[in-house]
Amino acid sequence: MKFTTLVSVAAVAAASVSFAGAAQARDQVQVAGSSTVLPYASIVAEAFGENTDFPTPVVESGGSSSGLKRFCEGVGENTIDVANASRKIREKEIKACAENGVTDIIEVRIGYDGIVFASQKDGPAFTAFTPVQWHNALAPKVLKDGQIVDNPYNKWSEVDASLPDVEIAAFIPGTKHGTREVFEEKVLLVGCEESGAMKAMMDGGMSEDDAEDACLAVRTDGKSVDIDGDYTETLARIDSNPNGVGVFGLAFYENNTDKLKVATMSDVAPSTETIATGTYPVSRPLFFYVKKAHIGVIPGLKEYAQFFTADEIAGPQGPLAQYGLVADPELAATQASISAEETMK
Amino acid sequence: MTETTLSPETTAPAAIKGKSLYALDDLTRIRNAAEKRFRAYGMTAIGIGLFFLVVLAYSIISEGMPAFSRTVMKVEFTLTQEQYDAAEKELFKTKAYESIFISALKSQLDASGISVPFDKDAIGRLVGKPGGTIRSFYKENPDQLGKNVAFELAASSRVDGYINGRVTRENMTDSRFLQKSDLDIVDALVKAGIIVNVFNWDFITGADSGVDNPGGAGIGASVVGSFFMMLVVLFLSLPIGVAASIYLEEFAPQNKITDLIEVNISNLAAVPSIVFGILGLAVFIQFMHLPQSAPLVGGLVLTLMTLPTIIISTRASLKAVPPSIRDAALGIGASKMQAVFHHVLPLAMPGILTGTIIGLAQALGETAPLLLIGMVGFVARGYPDGIVQGFIDPNSAMPAQIYTWAARADFAFYEKAWGGIIVLLVFLLTMNILAIILRRRFERRW
Repeated sequence: MKFTTLVSVAAVAAASVSFAGAAQARDQVQVAGSSTVLPYASIVAEAFGENTDFPTPVVESGGSSSGLKRFCEGVGENTIDVANASRKIREKEIKACAENGVTDIIEVRIGYDGIVFASQKDGPAFTAFTPVQWHNALAPKVLKDGQIVDNPYNKWSEVDASLPDVEIAAFIPGTKHGTREVFEEKVLLVGCEESGAMKAMMDGGMSEDDAEDACLAVRTDGKSVDIDGDYTETLARIDSNPNGVGVFGLAFYENNTDKLKVATMSDVAPSTETIATGTYPVSRPLFFYVKKAHIGVIPGLKEYAQFFTADEIAGPQGPLAQYGLVADPELAATQASISAEETMK
Repeated sequence: MTETTLSPETTAPAAIKGKSLYALDDLTRIRNAAEKRFRAYGMTAIGIGLFFLVVLAYSIISEGMPAFSRTVMKVEFTLTQEQYDAAEKELFKTKAYESIFISALKSQLDASGISVPFDKDAIGRLVGKPGGTIRSFYKENPDQLGKNVAFELAASSRVDGYINGRVTRENMTDSRFLQKSDLDIVDALVKAGIIVNVFNWDFITGADSGVDNPGGAGIGASVVGSFFMMLVVLFLSLPIGVAASIYLEEFAPQNKITDLIEVNISNLAAVPSIVFGILGLAVFIQFMHLPQSAPLVGGLVLTLMTLPTIIISTRASLKAVPPSIRDAALGIGASKMQAVFHHVLPLAMPGILTGTIIGLAQALGETAPLLLIGMVGFVARGYPDGIVQGFIDPNSAMPAQIYTWAARADFAFYEKAWGGIIVLLVFLLTMNILAIILRRRFERRW
């Protein structure tokens, strides 16, 4: 019977292929995580494949939190080797890792990235912001005339007379992005403290932790939109809404200066120089985390980490800095800790 | 007798006095108007549909065409054995080749007597990332060391944009990527015939590249990834789907269990594809330990997704074969299996193949399930070395590659994404045309 033979041949072929796949060890480094680190990781992955005899690593995106979650799923070939993150790993993530047997984690800081506030190039003149303005524009409850009230502001000009007279439309990174955490800590929380709202809330009987949480909250009436995708999604929203203000990474902005204009934060313009010196307030370190148990099992893993942090790559003259990463002045210490395979704590 | 029943004159009610049959009465007018209106609605609906189709096709083609051309620099270049050895000793070898190339280009420009002032940094901003191309060329052809070789190397994405009209002197701002003064050099180089715009074969045959190298990105490797996935889908879902539907349609008893199975197959066809991705991650990668990012796993996941489509269309075409064929075969003493395999199945084959091809086309354009099994991202970096590697080496797929490009900061990748859509559409159109031809040629009507 012709047909039945075809079926059995197909089944045997499929089965043999899957067993061959299962038996063969993975030989490429598998990376996932922050979409902010993804461009740098892909530059390094391409160069790593071109310059060494190891196969090119696979780099996936998805956000810092989802990357670290997959990283902490366990040890073995079917888990990823490296998690990219645009924030430090959290205590509870370390705990989750440990519960699944991922105990030895090498932390690698690759450099710094600035978070910039940009709007349409030909749109309203958003040229200077302060954390207080952002807090007043985005918080659900703000301090007004000495009272904590529901946010009454609908226009930027109501928040501060120096800002354009247009509706508030802010596009901020979603909660799965590491960028969100930095935005909350360095803009919303700072603005909350500086405006006196946090003190007023604590005076009103809230504990410090509750007040802090309240400071990080964002209004839910549609004036502030969480963007869960990449910066290209934020850019598309800004493109279609001339009054929109978006939160971007510095490198992304620098690649799109023909469409976006950037605003200063507390009178400091974002640039690699102001971020390196620390004068631009909204910047954060970028990391990747390496599973030590995989070093020696997955070929090229340690070499990848070393290649990534080499002076030629992550240094001030390297391709990462060329793309927009602010080089880490303490790169030498990072290199030393990778060669020694120093784990966290 | 027929005269009296058929002639309208005699059966029609007597005409109302004073009214001609040729003048329409109110009711007829209303009915005619309603019909006219309905036709107009239909035409409008088709018109709107066509309008959107034209807009879509126009925007895809106009946005995607730049991906098929690229700006290259034609440079003659000599690499000496010493330079090669020195570059190979470096950690970042491709960078070393790049700077050798930039020096060579600079001296060529010095000699050519171009009047526009330029320096090494400016030339560095004009060239793309030629290091990888140069290194792999000399690794494969060591006998060319010390000889004069003519290269066509990609210019940087912004120079490419300037030649394509995406970057203009008005809309650009000076940055470390490109400065206004560099455009004068570009103009001079175009005049000298060093910078030319050529058809971008690398886009069709190449692999993905890093975010800082849009000039080197191509969709070829992910086409291969898609191809291997489709092989898996075809060789698993066709036999399984056909066998399942033949059993359900021809052999299975009608009872509660088969009813339940039928309902579930129909439901399965409506399950969002991302669910199959989650299932694939849990079963194929975490439980069965198949490799991540492999077309094999992608194919398995898409098989699950395609199966219901194939089963439903196969059952429909089996049902369409008239029972008289089965009865005739059984009547002359064929066993039930003989009747099905010798008579019913061949007649149902065109319908089955059409359903399969449509199912495959659907699977070809699917991204969501691939997201979870590691095929979306920076994956498609090269062609597999062999058939087995094709199934298990990490690779991407066409729609996943398009998705990845659309998310990158450099606008040149956005063009690549549109170009990728054109390539994907060409494949989908081909498959659908094949399905139509098969149906037209082999379909039997009773």
